[in-house]
Amino acid sequence: MAGVLVIGELNGDELQSVTGEMLAAGRTLGDALGEEVQIALLNGSDEAAQSAIALGADKAFLALDDVLADMQLDAQVAALEKVCVEAQPSVVLVGRTLTGRDVGPRLAFRLGVGLAQDCLQVDADTNSGRVVAVRPVYGGNALAKVTFPDANPQMIVLRGKAYEPLAADASRSGEVVVVNPGLDASVVKARLVETVTQEAEGVRLEDAGVVIGGGRGLGGPESFDQLEDLARLLGGAVGASRAVCDAGWLDHSYQVGLTGKTITPDLYITVGISGASQHMAGCSASKHIVAINRDADANIFKSASFGVVGDWKNVLPSFIETVRELVDS
Amino acid sequence: MPINVIVCVKQVMDPETPASAFNIDADAKSVVPAAGIPPVVNGFDENAVEAALRLKDNGDVGKISVVSIGSGFVMDVMKKPLSMGADDLILIDDEAMQDIDAYATATALTEAIKKVGEYDLVLCGRQASDWDQAHVPLGVAEMLGLPCITLAQKIEVVEDGIVVQRVLTDGYEVVEAPLPALVTVSNELGEPRYPTLRGIMTASRKQPTNWSAADVGLDAGALAPKLTLTELYIPVSDNQVEVIDGEDDADAGRNLALRLREEKLI
Ligand SMILES: Cc1cc2nc3c(=O)[nH]c(=O)nc-3n(C[C@H](O)[C@H](O)[C@H](O)COP(=O)(O)OP(=O)(O)OC[C@H]3O[C@@H](n4cnc5c(N)ncnc54)[C@H](O)[C@@H]3O)c2cc1C
Ligand SMILES: Nc1ncnc2c1ncn2[C@@H]1O[C@H](COP(=O)(O)O)[C@@H](O)[C@H]1O
Repeated sequence: MAGVLVIGELNGDELQSVTGEMLAAGRTLGDALGEEVQIALLNGSDEAAQSAIALGADKAFLALDDVLADMQLDAQVAALEKVCVEAQPSVVLVGRTLTGRDVGPRLAFRLGVGLAQDCLQVDADTNSGRVVAVRPVYGGNALAKVTFPDANPQMIVLRGKAYEPLAADASRSGEVVVVNPGLDASVVKARLVETVTQEAEGVRLEDAGVVIGGGRGLGGPESFDQLEDLARLLGGAVGASRAVCDAGWLDHSYQVGLTGKTITPDLYITVGISGASQHMAGCSASKHIVAINRDADANIFKSASFGVVGDWKNVLPSFIETVRELVDS
Repeated sequence: MPINVIVCVKQVMDPETPASAFNIDADAKSVVPAAGIPPVVNGFDENAVEAALRLKDNGDVGKISVVSIGSGFVMDVMKKPLSMGADDLILIDDEAMQDIDAYATATALTEAIKKVGEYDLVLCGRQASDWDQAHVPLGVAEMLGLPCITLAQKIEVVEDGIVVQRVLTDGYEVVEAPLPALVTVSNELGEPRYPTLRGIMTASRKQPTNWSAADVGLDAGALAPKLTLTELYIPVSDNQVEVIDGEDDADAGRNLALRLREEKLI
């Protein structure tokens, strides 16, 4: 048996958007390798299976088990192990979500195979019939290409927003297979008991079309009032570097970067951010980066479309005033 | 009953190495350490040491042992956890450990932890800043059959286990597990403490325990790669920045706004 198996993530009966992206990546691989595209849906409904098929899957495995009721990570890993044993895929694709980046590696160790974590791209090598994955390393300073020696499945955790979901095609047909993992409740050892989330006011950083980012160069939390002003004018959101969050000037939910949020705005205006590779890892998909920094050699200028070399204390007020006039007129 | 903690620590290239000093040897598929910039203890591993010390300050912990796998250790660097307050340092120092993949590292750490023996809590950093994998700890947990909680910003020892706050992008989760368990620690836990002078003196008198791969029962087969690095390269960018000038900074700010308008970006 063979196949490209996507680990699906659901929100009720709906596929998470990242799952659509994985199906698109899976479809490309499946077509190149001549293998079917499969999806694993834990506690999934027939409706969810049909949406996955419309987005490119040939076969959906619905793993149904009472132990999966509250979707504890331990239960997910155990159920996915059963699905993999049943499906015997040659490739497994996992989205790099809070769940995926834990479940993927754990599943790989259970199956005794390698996994490429946090990849930007995965391609089929049609000569060898194997896959090649590309992942950023050293904080994004370098890129590594990796392959898997011989064992299957070849497991890849793929970053979100690296692939566009296919347009849903309701005329596509596929097979739905129900798997009963028969889990024992004792598989759940670590237990999620509470989730505490703070909803950001205004535009969500991850979805914002305009982001105003502040760094250590701002000197303190008070300066962020000006960034908030500018964000309001442009209908955007405020983000920050890790230095700012570690210093406690802003909460960690503002952090953009490798270990923070990934943003994809049309316009990212940075103020007093040096542009360390780990920061750029979270914003390099911005369409246009603008930098205000007093150091002409700062790394941020290597990625910026427009920049001002100067002290933000003098640059920013007149910039904001002019933006206000332009937006009002 | 106080618990024993093992902290897994990796020596890495200083991630603050400026991009201009970052070089690779494409043939060897490895990063060339920048001259004059010493390696460091992986930042998140210092957070993990700090987490262990906070539990110890709280009276929950008996002994803190630090374990590291690698080769070419710099002793001044690797003794930092001891000078912060950890009790023991165990180095699996072997040429065979150079450039091994996450699977082999997890295998080696698992064997080392078994050899250390008594432990209730294994702490790791959330990821190592060289290969940025966030992969090894999950393997150690699987191989030791331990419950695994990643991305801790707070750890509390309670009657029948631990309660961990796990960082989310917009908040946190509360996760409970019995001991023994493995937890990975994130920087949101808070700044690692600076070594005190007394800590540095104590650490300078301590000798690390050195084990070879064979000492922990590992042969080449156990370290065989599951992932092959075929190419390592620095991405090239042909981006050209347009620097906006003015009579002074304020004027440059105005001109920037006008230029962005011209481009219909605002
Ligand atoms: C494993 C790992 C993960 C990481 N993850 C992240 C991450 O997710 N996100 C992140 O941001 N970082 C991350 N980092 C940290 C990263 O390496 C940098 O340390 C951090 O991004 C620096 O933040 P900064 O640019 O605000 O500060 P600095 O690097 O200190 O830069 C401040 C800048 O402000 C400029 N400046 C100062 N004063 C003025 C002034 N008056 N006017 C104009 N400009 C001024 C300076 O010229 C300088 O360029 C990570 C690091 C590691 C090792
Ligand atoms: N060679 C090593 N020696 C000791 N601990 C390690 C080693 N490699 C990884 N770790 C631990 O695993 C964490 C995650 O590493 P990684 O999976 O490589 O990103 C690190 O922060 C360390 O705590």
